[in-house]
Amino acid sequence: MTAVSDPRQMAYIAGQASDARVNVEIETEGMTLNIGPQHPATHGTLRIVVRLDGERVVAAEPIMGYMHRGYEKLAEVRTYPQVTTLVNRIDWLGSFANEVPFILAAERLMDVEAPPRAQWIRTALFELSRIANVVLFLGDMGVQLGAVTPVFFAFRDREFVLNQIEAVTGGRFHPNFDRIGGLKDDLPKGWIDETKGVLGRIRKFCDEMEGLVAGNEIFQSRTRGIGVIPADVGLSYGLSGANIRASGVDWDLRRDGGVGLVHNELDWKVWTHPDGDSFARYWVRLQEVREACKMVEQLLDGIPTGPVMAKVPRIIKVPAGEAYVETENPLGVMGYYVVSKGDLVPYRVKIRSASFNNVSITPWLLEGTYLPDVVSILASLYFILGDIDR
Amino acid sequence: MSSVLTDSLTMAVELAWWQQTGIRAVVGLLAVLLPAGTLVYLFLFKMMSFMQSRLGPMEAGPYGSLQLLAEVGKFLQKEDIIPAKADRIVFKAAPFVVLISTFLLVLVIPAGPDAWFIDVDTGIFLALAVSSISVIGILMAGWASSSKYSLLGGLRAAGQLVAYELPLVLAVMGVVIQAGTLNVQEIVMAQATGEIFGWGGIGNPFIFTQFLGFAIFLVAVQAELTQPPFDMPVAESEIVTGYLTEYTGLRFLLFFIGEFATAGIFSALAATLFLGGWYVPGIDPTSDLFNVIGPAILLGKVILVAFLIFWFRFTYPRFREDQLQQLAWKVLIPLSLANIVLTGVLKVVF
Repeated sequence: MTAVSDPRQMAYIAGQASDARVNVEIETEGMTLNIGPQHPATHGTLRIVVRLDGERVVAAEPIMGYMHRGYEKLAEVRTYPQVTTLVNRIDWLGSFANEVPFILAAERLMDVEAPPRAQWIRTALFELSRIANVVLFLGDMGVQLGAVTPVFFAFRDREFVLNQIEAVTGGRFHPNFDRIGGLKDDLPKGWIDETKGVLGRIRKFCDEMEGLVAGNEIFQSRTRGIGVIPADVGLSYGLSGANIRASGVDWDLRRDGGVGLVHNELDWKVWTHPDGDSFARYWVRLQEVREACKMVEQLLDGIPTGPVMAKVPRIIKVPAGEAYVETENPLGVMGYYVVSKGDLVPYRVKIRSASFNNVSITPWLLEGTYLPDVVSILASLYFILGDIDR
Repeated sequence: MSSVLTDSLTMAVELAWWQQTGIRAVVGLLAVLLPAGTLVYLFLFKMMSFMQSRLGPMEAGPYGSLQLLAEVGKFLQKEDIIPAKADRIVFKAAPFVVLISTFLLVLVIPAGPDAWFIDVDTGIFLALAVSSISVIGILMAGWASSSKYSLLGGLRAAGQLVAYELPLVLAVMGVVIQAGTLNVQEIVMAQATGEIFGWGGIGNPFIFTQFLGFAIFLVAVQAELTQPPFDMPVAESEIVTGYLTEYTGLRFLLFFIGEFATAGIFSALAATLFLGGWYVPGIDPTSDLFNVIGPAILLGKVILVAFLIFWFRFTYPRFREDQLQQLAWKVLIPLSLANIVLTGVLKVVF
């Protein structure tokens, strides 16, 4: 007997088998349903082919690549400062966070370190982009389950965070603000006090969501015990971020990674949840927004004085070598493997983005669930298409 | 089954048959479309917007009040697309079947002591029977569209509507037992002339004695209307818009009108059965004044009930199909049966 290892083949065989079984039992056919590429629940163009037996999912297969933009290849013909304009567009909701690991990798290759003030502001913007990103998830999860109101609250309050990011960087979505050796500019006047006001609004939003979405009985009955990921399965699929912390794995690169951000000088907590279901993922993200607010507040109080840019040459040539830096981005672990041959441009950039791994668990996770749960599970995994396809 | 309204018109001025029919048709259309338009503007456009911290339509007419006409105009201009593999006749007929049930429903609701369309002794029975016709229309739409999303949506809708028909009927039984009649007009009269422990100041609206029935009725109505939290059949994040997926233009508009007109008429039914219908305390229920102000009073009560329905609609996430069935069979039906038993016992005791 030959072993079947290709997952596509496996899915096909499972589908055929289900057809055969169903045909014998109740004389109906299985049905193949395309969810996507253009589908309201997929935040972009992810396509999921599900084979249904009634409303039960027999096999599900995510098909990616509809939004592939070739950033890894494009980066090979861009100078190092130009690459940040590309990688902004990977996770477009928390785009500043995309720049950070690449810049850190380049800094490691060049052996420069950003001055302390730049590091603190960088961390503050990093956490603000996390807030802007996850706040949208907190509302969007409601809309995937049919409650239309929370998402409007999310868009409303995210706008305040984006305004603060724009005030510093000049860009709402694509800041392109991080530089090798520091930041482009210093903070504008009055920004710190304004941001503190915004954090208050976000805290209020979190309380609102806790009552309106997480506290709702229907929401709980739709998410509790649904899409359970055991810790070992999650780890073997390479899940990261809140998805794996919701399965009880206490692992956060902000605390454990120790790269050029200053999270370890702050007082905060890594939240985990033992359940591993959709509700746990929602709850963990809710707590993470609160923690991020706490962190930004401490960062704003403690920003040291000094320059925001280290001494780097005008024309950046990165010495030959290779570096891999990963950080805890809003969607999970994001890493850049940068190989330099001492040129103006990187020789090779490999991007490890969180959503690609997070979505790879879907065939395992969706098997045997009901069609309505497909949507809630996908929403709770929280992927962004740009982050899958790059 | 002649209408007193048109009879009295005939008596006052001699009207030809076509004139009578014309008046009937206009009044009937008005009775369906006026509440529907009011609900769409008040709740779907404005209340929903205010709940979601936005303004809603503001450009068409003062405060966006003509937006409704603009929407109708937009739908009329759209191309009428029929999928190539659709069952054309069934596909075309489905929206009309849904609308027929709406128009038949409005017949039984009285708007004044003499202002009604038909006065039958089995009014409630007729209303609940014709409300089920819409299931056929929805199933037709789902099946004939030849789309998988439509098929899933249509089957979900059929399962759901059949399941929630039962609590709807059982919740009404309490009222019927208490009023001792199936005639809608007499149910209103029973509330108008009723007394609460010998005090007849506000009549006896059945919401006080039948509060459980009222709550079950509203939940079942919510499900019958396939509105959140029971909007599995049109769950837009899973199956696009269910049985509506392939419809465009006028036919989509008909479904849309059907949905909101039915919402208005079920609210009117709830207002009639539980809130006293066209009656307000302080005026003699047989007075002719009610023939004039009755429709306005009823519309006010409709808006009150519809406010509750739409409040839930905009707040709650949706149930899953099996949870929805569990709620109907394991919670609502036993509760409504208990309500009937309790009402029967109290009816005998008092």
